[in-house]
Amino acid sequence: MKAIKNLGLIIFLIGLAIFTAIPVLGTFRLDQGTFDEIVKEKNIKSDGFIQSINENVVGKDFKGMLSLSPVVSSAIDAANSQHRKNKEYNKVIYTSGHDMAALVGKKSGTGFIAQNKGLMWFFTFGLGIIGALMFILPNVILLGKKGIKNNGIYHESATNRGWIAWMVFIFLVSFYLVLYFRPEFAVNWTFLVDPISESLSGNPAGHWFVYGFMYCVVMTVMAVRMYIKYRHNMYQVVRTTSVLFFQIVFAFLIPEIMVRLQMPYYDFKNAFPLDYDFFFQWNLKELLNSGGIGLFILVWGIVLTLVIVPVMVYFFGKRWYCSWVCGCGGLAETLGDPYRQHSSKSLFSWKVERWLIHGVLLFAIVMTGMTLYSFFTESSTIFGIKTQSVQNTYSLLIGAIFAGVIGTGFYPIFGNRVWCRFGCPLAAYLGFVQRFKSRFRITTNGGQCISCGNCSTYCEQGIDVRAYAQKGENIVRSSCVGCGICSAVCPRGVLKLENGPEEGRINPTEVLLGNDVDLMELVNKK
Amino acid sequence: MEHIVIIGNGISGVTAARHIRKLSDKKITIISAETDYFFSRTALMYVYMGHMKFEHTQPYENWFWKKNRIELVKDYVTQVDPENKRLVLTEGKTMDFDKLIIATGSKPNKFGWKGQDLKGVQGLYSKQDLDQLEADAPNKDACNRAVIVGGGLIGIELAEMLRSREIPVTFLVREESFWNGVLPKGESQMINEHIKEHHIDLKLGTNLVEILPDENGRAKAVVTDKGETIACNLVGLTAGVTPNIDFLKDSGIALGRGVKVDRFLETNIKGIYAIGDCAEQHEPIGNRRPIEAVWYTGRMMGEALAQTICGKPRKYSPGHWFNSAKFLDIEYQTYGWVFSERTKKEHESHFHWRHPSEKICITVAYDKDSKKFLGINTFGIRMRHEIFDRWLTEERNVDYVMQYLKDANFDPEFYSHYEEQIISKYNSVMQTSLSVKKKSWKRIFSKA
Ligand SMILES: Cc1cc2nc3c(=O)[nH]c(=O)nc-3n(C[C@H](O)[C@H](O)[C@H](O)COP(=O)(O)OP(=O)(O)OC[C@H]3O[C@@H](n4cnc5c(N)ncnc54)[C@H](O)[C@@H]3O)c2cc1C
Ligand code: SF4
Ligand code: SF4
Repeated sequence: MKAIKNLGLIIFLIGLAIFTAIPVLGTFRLDQGTFDEIVKEKNIKSDGFIQSINENVVGKDFKGMLSLSPVVSSAIDAANSQHRKNKEYNKVIYTSGHDMAALVGKKSGTGFIAQNKGLMWFFTFGLGIIGALMFILPNVILLGKKGIKNNGIYHESATNRGWIAWMVFIFLVSFYLVLYFRPEFAVNWTFLVDPISESLSGNPAGHWFVYGFMYCVVMTVMAVRMYIKYRHNMYQVVRTTSVLFFQIVFAFLIPEIMVRLQMPYYDFKNAFPLDYDFFFQWNLKELLNSGGIGLFILVWGIVLTLVIVPVMVYFFGKRWYCSWVCGCGGLAETLGDPYRQHSSKSLFSWKVERWLIHGVLLFAIVMTGMTLYSFFTESSTIFGIKTQSVQNTYSLLIGAIFAGVIGTGFYPIFGNRVWCRFGCPLAAYLGFVQRFKSRFRITTNGGQCISCGNCSTYCEQGIDVRAYAQKGENIVRSSCVGCGICSAVCPRGVLKLENGPEEGRINPTEVLLGNDVDLMELVNKK
Repeated sequence: MEHIVIIGNGISGVTAARHIRKLSDKKITIISAETDYFFSRTALMYVYMGHMKFEHTQPYENWFWKKNRIELVKDYVTQVDPENKRLVLTEGKTMDFDKLIIATGSKPNKFGWKGQDLKGVQGLYSKQDLDQLEADAPNKDACNRAVIVGGGLIGIELAEMLRSREIPVTFLVREESFWNGVLPKGESQMINEHIKEHHIDLKLGTNLVEILPDENGRAKAVVTDKGETIACNLVGLTAGVTPNIDFLKDSGIALGRGVKVDRFLETNIKGIYAIGDCAEQHEPIGNRRPIEAVWYTGRMMGEALAQTICGKPRKYSPGHWFNSAKFLDIEYQTYGWVFSERTKKEHESHFHWRHPSEKICITVAYDKDSKKFLGINTFGIRMRHEIFDRWLTEERNVDYVMQYLKDANFDPEFYSHYEEQIISKYNSVMQTSLSVKKKSWKRIFSKA
């Protein structure tokens, strides 16, 4: 069994190594016809750029993106500065060098990777999946009898912020940086999943498709791990199935198929303000131009945020979204499960959390207000502030860096819910509803708590669950995403997530059950 | 300002301190020798098993004590001088008090076995014991067999700990079945099976005779009363605990096995109190033992005593008994009194149900004549404390409890429910035709 695990690990690492090496490999050869197409498609008017590419790129072999990308970038830069100098603003190219390099790369990939997509898929994704499953499946036997299996979490490098954790950290952060800021290096990855993309949407894959596909693969494999680890706990089994379903069907398949049907790309479960660009001008325009379905999406998006989300939170708590439906939550609960213990439980982080998350919510609301104002009045500034630059700032700082790079990249060090806890504006909104108007609570079982601290340690949202449990107080914190792990790891059966009458939901107690009835009444009355 | 000094920073001492602070402005000092800060003793096992780090066992952040003006002194009290209201600490230091709370907990029993003080022989009680275990049994190469002596709750925890590092474990249990002085036989039997499932070499009805040393004064084997010699490098002594009160011997404070206290938790000397594991009631309260060495009672004594010290004298009057534990993967809860065959009185009858394949069972105790519900043990099913507490207060009969069992279920959502199976067995055993009532929030939240 152990041997199978080790072999699996090796296979996984080989797949990962190939995947990691691919961005800098490959051959690119841009032919004249393709370039003319690009020029036409992108409506490029810069003669300088066209000439420079014709001279320096077309018909030449480039070994790897590292050699192609600078040529394309500098061609754009040189051409643009020339145009600006000559005040030929209509010729300036607004596509960034990286995006242009990605575009050129995508169209000009030749050589082994581009010609052997299926095989290369197998050597990366395929090996990764097989290796990971070989590593995970033997746990059915190795973990022994079903029950909580957290043995060794704080002894192992990977889960105790050791060197493996730091390697994973570096890998994840770099991966997100490439995805958001250096898409040209993702071009070779897109080749691997072209066949899949084409079979779904009819189009070749872009780097976001790679991400979407990978997200589903990672979640599925890690969900298998969840099923094995928590096989005694039906709540975890059902919940994991739910997040997996919503990710694969709603976030991945439906939007791709909608594109095939000439509809707008839309994830029906992605609610504003998490879906922060829902009200951006380009999106509204696209929806309004897409006929009936566009209008439906527009209405759905608004109803989802204003009615469905809060009503569901009233009945079930914010968990229905955060740990049952949401994609960010889905990754956190599968890939992130081994890291959940790293969220800080200190009072200080709670303070930081409240400032940050409500700050982001405010930011999102103000930005959206400006966006709508600009949309309806058709003025691009408010009080001299450009709406566009506020949107860009939000997209960069919150959308890319916070939600992506920090949100997932920091899993191995700061736990799996950094984004959900400190950043997500939707979570902040749901939190208000959960705290003040909801039937959800985690009931504390009378006086049974022994203050062991398992619940607090494994709460991914950094809630000091024990602080409530040992006082016999129910937990009604706005940040609780209802993952149910505190209840799972409690060795004394103290915690139960449940939806019940609002009355009696909050039960401050000074003296705990088990004591003399008079004493409890005396002390708890005031 | 009145100076309250507490010896011992365990759950009882700390609870008392916290509640005194809530109720008053008195000066509070806690002296304790084991650790700088309060930690949860019950969680020691999880540190060795790698579920938590030691810092996670500390329920309060380090700034808590200063903020609440609870002074912490790390020192050992060697003597108490009640007359001068003075404590003697190590190196001749002293401390004066106005009121004293003794909350010094327990220490592991040693029954005078030959070799009990050898290296590699230890109990499991303190942080130091944990460190010792980490040093002596870091992995299965350094420790190729451990023998645990004494089949109680701490013994099985120690076995689980060692097994988490795949160290082979032999478990010597004096009783013919695990913990059968407390558990009825069906349950005890199920735990026997579960222990073996975890590849623990359970030796029932077996006593320790002596521990043999090697040339370095380290334990190398144990000899049992079955004539067996078992080679090992670690011996865990977990045959119960006794109050940790040796330092009080000549103080004039009345001692039995523990510090003798009245219902107000006061010793024979006015203004000196004892709570937690080290306190011994003159008369047992109800079915309770005079010394109650569990977490919850330590906490409850702390809560009650704080009231008394702050001018609202309260007797320690614990409500209905409850407790819980975990045997490897099986959670156990108990409410009210369920006695084992060895200890139960004549009028107590049991209804037992066990799942056909899973390690799940319950035992319900009731009065043979009146059918009054006396208590319940559950294994692998969580129950709602408040509901059982209420049913016990209301003196419900066992039929009622069986019908409304769904109200009491506390398992996580989506778990399988067994009330139907339980009641059908109950009906066939008791010749009744009861049916399970649907869970009702209204009943659950109605105050008795
Ligand atoms: C491994 C283990 C698991 C347990 N699990 C459970 C459980 O699951 N459920 C349950 O109900 N109970 C459990 N218990 C029992 C429970 O932990 C004890 O009942 C409880 O901790 C007692 O608290 P206390 O405050 O009375 O004393 P303690 O926690 O023992 O605290 C007393 C403190 O006083 C210090 N001290 C003693 N003498 C002196 C002195 N002269 N000067 C200075 N300091 C002194 C000691 O070093 C110690 O730190 C467990 C115990 C152990 C050891
Ligand atoms: S309190 Fe419990 S259910 Fe809520 S987020 Fe924390 S671990 Fe999950
Ligand atoms: S895990 Fe359970 S027993 Fe431990 S501190 Fe949390 S609620 Fe209490």
